[in-house]
Amino acid sequence: MRTDYIGKPTNRVDGRLKVTGGAKYAAEFHVPGLLYGYVVSSEIARGNIAEIDTNEALQLEGVLQVLTHENRPPSAWFDKSYQDEDSPPGSPFRPLYNSEIQFSQQPIALVVAETFEAARYGATLVKVVYEEAPHTTDLKANRAQAYTPKKYKSTPPPDSRGDVDAAFASAAVKVEQEYTHPSEHHNPMEMHASTAIWEEDGTLTVYDKTQSVKNSQNYISQIFGLSSKEALVISPFVGGAFGSGLRPQYQLFLAVMAALEMKRSVRVVLTRQQMFSFGHRPATVQHFQLGCAADGTLQAVRQEAFAETSKFEDYSENVVVWPNTLYKSENAAFDHKLISLDVYTPLDMRAPGGSTGLFALESAMDELAAAAGIDPVELRLKNYTEEDQSNNAPFSSKELRECYRQGAERFGWHKRNPEARSMKEGHQLIGWGMATGAWEAKQQQASAKALLTPDGKLTVSSATADIGTGTYTVMTQIAAEALGLPLEDVTFKLGDSALPEAPLEGGSWTVSSVGSAVKQVCDSVGEKLLKLARKVENSPFATASFEEVTFADGELRLKSDASKALAVTRILQEREVNAIEEEVTSKPASEQKNYAPYSHSAAFVEVKVDEDLGTIKVTRVVSAIAGGRIINTKTAKSQILGGVVWGIGMALEEESLMDNTFGRFMNHNLAEYHVPVNADIPDIDVIFVEEHDDIVNPLGAKGLGEIGIVGVAPAIANAVYHATGKRIRELPITLDKVM
Amino acid sequence: MKNKPETETIERAAPWLPPRQTVTLTINETEMQLQLEPWTSLLDLLREHLHLTGTKKGCDHGQCGACTILLDGKRINSCLTLAVMHDGSDITTIEGLAKGEELHPVQQAFIDHDAFQCGYCTPGQICSTIGLINEGKAKTLDDIRDLMSGNICRCGAYSNIVKVVQEALERSKAK
Repeated sequence: MRTDYIGKPTNRVDGRLKVTGGAKYAAEFHVPGLLYGYVVSSEIARGNIAEIDTNEALQLEGVLQVLTHENRPPSAWFDKSYQDEDSPPGSPFRPLYNSEIQFSQQPIALVVAETFEAARYGATLVKVVYEEAPHTTDLKANRAQAYTPKKYKSTPPPDSRGDVDAAFASAAVKVEQEYTHPSEHHNPMEMHASTAIWEEDGTLTVYDKTQSVKNSQNYISQIFGLSSKEALVISPFVGGAFGSGLRPQYQLFLAVMAALEMKRSVRVVLTRQQMFSFGHRPATVQHFQLGCAADGTLQAVRQEAFAETSKFEDYSENVVVWPNTLYKSENAAFDHKLISLDVYTPLDMRAPGGSTGLFALESAMDELAAAAGIDPVELRLKNYTEEDQSNNAPFSSKELRECYRQGAERFGWHKRNPEARSMKEGHQLIGWGMATGAWEAKQQQASAKALLTPDGKLTVSSATADIGTGTYTVMTQIAAEALGLPLEDVTFKLGDSALPEAPLEGGSWTVSSVGSAVKQVCDSVGEKLLKLARKVENSPFATASFEEVTFADGELRLKSDASKALAVTRILQEREVNAIEEEVTSKPASEQKNYAPYSHSAAFVEVKVDEDLGTIKVTRVVSAIAGGRIINTKTAKSQILGGVVWGIGMALEEESLMDNTFGRFMNHNLAEYHVPVNADIPDIDVIFVEEHDDIVNPLGAKGLGEIGIVGVAPAIANAVYHATGKRIRELPITLDKVM
Repeated sequence: MKNKPETETIERAAPWLPPRQTVTLTINETEMQLQLEPWTSLLDLLREHLHLTGTKKGCDHGQCGACTILLDGKRINSCLTLAVMHDGSDITTIEGLAKGEELHPVQQAFIDHDAFQCGYCTPGQICSTIGLINEGKAKTLDDIRDLMSGNICRCGAYSNIVKVVQEALERSKAK
């Protein structure tokens, strides 16, 4: 038996459930008498509901109720009751609150029926008369209305320094350009769903698709005046989220409202079309000025972002912080303005702000390298920074140089002809591009509980989520290694609002935060075990301190002499202990404040562009990642592979097209909103660069959910330039743009 | 001058529900006789009537492949077909692939290659892999990528899925 699991490629502990259909998602819990709710969506983007006639729907056999703003049961009045952990400043959307329409596809009624089909048919029978009002949905046409929000949801733009205008004016090499990307939607494979089970005692058990059961629970508790005992939220499996589950979505509100009103269990599942009705990566235009000396030394950086938000909340993300994190410059200025439109509030989507800001920054750096006649990697090394210039803090660790070196070597970067449109294979223009990535490696406060029983079985739990990231598996590994137990004897529980508090499952901070809590709670169980072991007859641990012992292979051992050991089960049995139970709250160490914690990456990409047809294919990707200690090399690699796939989607495919006439996303389905499919994805080579970090958290792991995506889209844009000589500054890069 | 068409004077009928029909299906080797409304899709039959929720709904429009099942050995999108159309058919879903505790080799390969993350598209990907091998059309790596493109994986596990399919293809050739 070997119980050193950290750093090993380990199969997912929930794998068997996922390949047999045994893993149950929010819409898959059944009770007898379950009712189905189907959402009716607004056809207009702004205005009022003048009339809503539900009579015909109610006549349909099987339809029991149609809830609208006219007949809904009372819910909370105040804005603040609808706020959740991820709310931007402003007034959150309140479903069925009144007759006002604030965005296209706004939910305006819920048809509740005995079968799914009857509810769906019933929804088509609801007759609505609208009073339309003019709407505004065009970002670019409304740029003159851009404003600085009273309060940023994100980090406010960093302070300016030096004199950017003068430095830019006198720079030997300059780039001044605008970069744009469109709105994009998360589109997890599982559509948002909530099943609210009405229990016999009048309490609710709600199965919800969410990245935080606590956030969902608080939301419904505040709105419907339920205590935490009256409404439990459960979410054992989440079919992808990518940020879409960070805020409680309206299906949760509607399912709970209907269950309370009807005193029955109700399931509400959104349609794929309705998955385009709440939250998206905001369309953003970025204006960049970069100026450098002839040798490539950066002298001036200016970045101004213009991003969409809704009329009711000021959403913002960290778009303009990245130049300070990555490149030294004495003169820099940043601004981030919002443009409010008649759309739902944007929502964090995988690497929010980072994907956006780094696409523009890394495209501009490539343009600067080309203009200065310097190799793109060299230009980045020339301006490499050892501190985050936003707060002059040193990095807790930064192996980005190694990412560049190992990535370039694996890719064969030295064979690149710097000339654009210089490499060709038949009709295929070949382009090689690269870009840098960075993402925050934050630790949040998190709690965890552990229970060890005399049979040697350990159960550890925390109210976090596993959205496919591997939380179940890595937490099991951390716990098993901490107490030297076989993986099979350790169970990790999550996704239950009755468990100890965990932060939102996002921001790449789950391993860092919940993992640290798991390690800490297992260590406290270990200390208890040691105390018990000291009392065992002829104990080799009579005088041993916790620092002098270790747990491995089912035993407590002296570090100095592994033959001095006691089996964990024997300690518990000899001391006749029923169980050891511990609960801890782990907090970031105060010294972290003096450092800038970031993960880094370098992406190298090859594209082939058909000279005659303009079709673009990514044919090779090397992604080198400095993400601290890797807990599970297998699931970690999968995280990066997924990030690269997302980068390819962002660069070449994804775009939620706004029809400004109707104020509606017109391609709201998976046939017309293109995400990468199998045939779009080439071989992807992932390198984890060795990186040691004692500061970032007790595990030294930085989190990998977002670092994989950030550098990929700009690397592809730069490769397309290298292939074709055309610089495409507006994503996605489609064939019409390169022709 | 023609008379007004008669239909205008007829009041619109109240909405109605379709009558039920009797259908016999063999699902995962169990024959069952079902009373079904003809508007129930095969997918909704599995998930909502029989609680075989391993088969997933990702779009309900045949655009994502999450609902892929094996109908008489062929892979199909179960959301795009009505249950009553398959009287007498043999259906295998993800729940019917393992033999007791022993996983189907494709299921085991999905675990070993970490060919999934959130797991939601996985039952469809697994059924699609088995269907693809049954079809016998895939010969090259590009064929595999092409013929597996009806199954979207938003987590982006494609390169690992391809390894599973390559392995399964080699296994089937060896037979």
